[in-house]
Amino acid sequence: MPTINDILIMLPEFFLVAAACVLLLADAFMKPAERVYLHWLSIGVLLVTGYLVLRYQPEGAVTAFNGMFIRDGLGTILKLFAILSTILVFIYGRPYMLDRKLFAGEFYTLMLFAVIGVMLLVSAGNLVMIYLGLELLTLSSYALVALNRDSSLSSEAAIKYFVLGALSSGMLLYGMSMIYGATGTLGLAQLHEAIPHSAMPHLLVFGLVFLIIGVAFKLGVAPFHMWIPDVYEGSPTAVTAFIGSASKLAAFGMAFRLLATGMGDLSQHWQMMLAVLAVISLAIGNVVAIVQSNLKRLLAYSTISHMGYLLLGLVNAGPEGYSAAMFYAVSYALMSTAAFGVILALSRAGFECDNIDDFKGLNQRAPWMAFLMMLALFSLAGVPPLFGFFAKLLVLQAAIHAGMLWLAIVGAVFAIIGLYYYLRVVKVMYFDKPEAGTEVRVQPDFTLRLVLSLNALVLLGLGLYWGPLLSWCKQAFVG
Amino acid sequence: MIDTSLFQLVCFYAFAAVTVVAALSVITLRNSVHAVLALVLTFFSTACIWMLAEAEFLAIALIVVYVGAVMVLFLFVVMMLDIDQEKIREGFVKYLPVGLVVAVVMLVEMLGLIGVRVMHAQTMGENPATAAGMSNTAWLGMALYSQYLLPFEIAALILTVGVIAAVALTLRQRTGARKQHASEQVAVRAKDRVRIIKMAAERPVETPPAAPVQESKP
Repeated sequence: MPTINDILIMLPEFFLVAAACVLLLADAFMKPAERVYLHWLSIGVLLVTGYLVLRYQPEGAVTAFNGMFIRDGLGTILKLFAILSTILVFIYGRPYMLDRKLFAGEFYTLMLFAVIGVMLLVSAGNLVMIYLGLELLTLSSYALVALNRDSSLSSEAAIKYFVLGALSSGMLLYGMSMIYGATGTLGLAQLHEAIPHSAMPHLLVFGLVFLIIGVAFKLGVAPFHMWIPDVYEGSPTAVTAFIGSASKLAAFGMAFRLLATGMGDLSQHWQMMLAVLAVISLAIGNVVAIVQSNLKRLLAYSTISHMGYLLLGLVNAGPEGYSAAMFYAVSYALMSTAAFGVILALSRAGFECDNIDDFKGLNQRAPWMAFLMMLALFSLAGVPPLFGFFAKLLVLQAAIHAGMLWLAIVGAVFAIIGLYYYLRVVKVMYFDKPEAGTEVRVQPDFTLRLVLSLNALVLLGLGLYWGPLLSWCKQAFVG
Repeated sequence: MIDTSLFQLVCFYAFAAVTVVAALSVITLRNSVHAVLALVLTFFSTACIWMLAEAEFLAIALIVVYVGAVMVLFLFVVMMLDIDQEKIREGFVKYLPVGLVVAVVMLVEMLGLIGVRVMHAQTMGENPATAAGMSNTAWLGMALYSQYLLPFEIAALILTVGVIAAVALTLRQRTGARKQHASEQVAVRAKDRVRIIKMAAERPVETPPAAPVQESKP
């Protein structure tokens, strides 16, 4: 039976659920002018949740509710960064949502519920919990993508995301049912014990393939990437920033729980599958991004290639690779929030600053924003001494140590190809002349400018001083 | 005497085949009403498979909730959508053959189930409910509210998100719609509606202003 101890282990999640429900009710009694309190309350709620996550960090892993929920180092780090990136999205997104009359309570409530989904997903100890956490996250995301109802682009993106998401959930469930059929258990820990003794090894591998499809869809890895460009382009940019950061952290957590915790003994099977997926996404992501003229689409293809790099870490199938992949996921979350933050800061009512042409001559008009964008793009490209460089280095190293030198070489080659399209945007910002008849106005919101500057400068800071974060990531996989 | 486990196996494969074929027709049939009927058959066959696995409560719930309520609603919605006007107007007789086929297959499946019940076959794994000495429903309830309590509550959260999302995506303030505001009607005060003005009981005789005397020109 559940005891108070179970509830204490899950305190951050319970707090967030309760707070989200209270905010949902409070919103109904607020006048539009008072919505600004909702904004700060949501940020406050997330800060308290982050504090609760940090306050109790168990040695090793602690489980609650009959092993349904695992609280460990991996969960702590992923949750903290998911909460952090959601706070960033709230701050960057407020002026944008206000300008588009989307600044409603539902935005905050749905985002908070999505964060709950992320937290449950990265702490799942059972296939059922993985599925439910995923559904909570994706259902909120579908609605968030469709929030701009008057935009046909947004509705199209939401429908595509919904249909493909439902399909991938179906695949995931099908895989889970096969694994249940082969082992007779749903708990990840029990699965780990049961897999070597299973009487139906072929069924297990079959189920594994479907699980990997589900994970690959969620990560947005080619050839399951079709939804990413449309969803990134179509959704309100604040929502794109969330899908590009917190959602990716959740997807990494899900991949780790399913593949490493549950199916660790089948690693010789999934290592090769992930390697193939990684190569395809590196190729598609980096090559197709070159021809994009819309910055949000370009960042979408860049996501695909980045998730390919993340897989290079997972392919290692050991603590070194897992910590490298987690380091990569965290770095990607911070980089993409910074990049989308600049787009959000430059957009205004009736103008989405998302075409690369809009950035022409940005250095003459808003030099500080151009500098921040350059930091984010160079970090995404993996230029030393920025954060992204070390993240890439670590995953390539992990692939080499896994005995896949060829994979690391492919990764390095595509990193150089990818450099081209990031540099193109930087060139447009610094060396092109601004187009006549256009103007760029930076959002006057002070908090946005301050936090965005910090976010981009942190990319530089962590690039120079990344030791503590890496050792924290490594610690999560000890033992 | 037929081998009982063989009969159960045959039944399972028959139900499974019907499920797969019906599910395929849901997405291949051009007529949406037919597709919904095929979906009904899919659910029904799935319920039969669950019945074979002795999960009676789930099977009945699937029939009552999905076939009985959700699918009927679906049918209404599909018919209201009025996608293929010509075909939908052709009415009952047009659908009768498909409906009959669905009904006959359902009937055969039910008869098969009854046959299995009579023979008391046992080819599936040990039933945990029987092992615990409980009925299927009681065991399901125990499992749901003890071991699977957390997922059960999370499912409730997902439903909440569904409601929020549905409201957020469909509620809109229409401008120009005529509607009553009950609170405003109740709070109305006399002076908002009636203006009392003081005026003389009689109409004052209007005296035309005296015409300016024209000075005679000198």
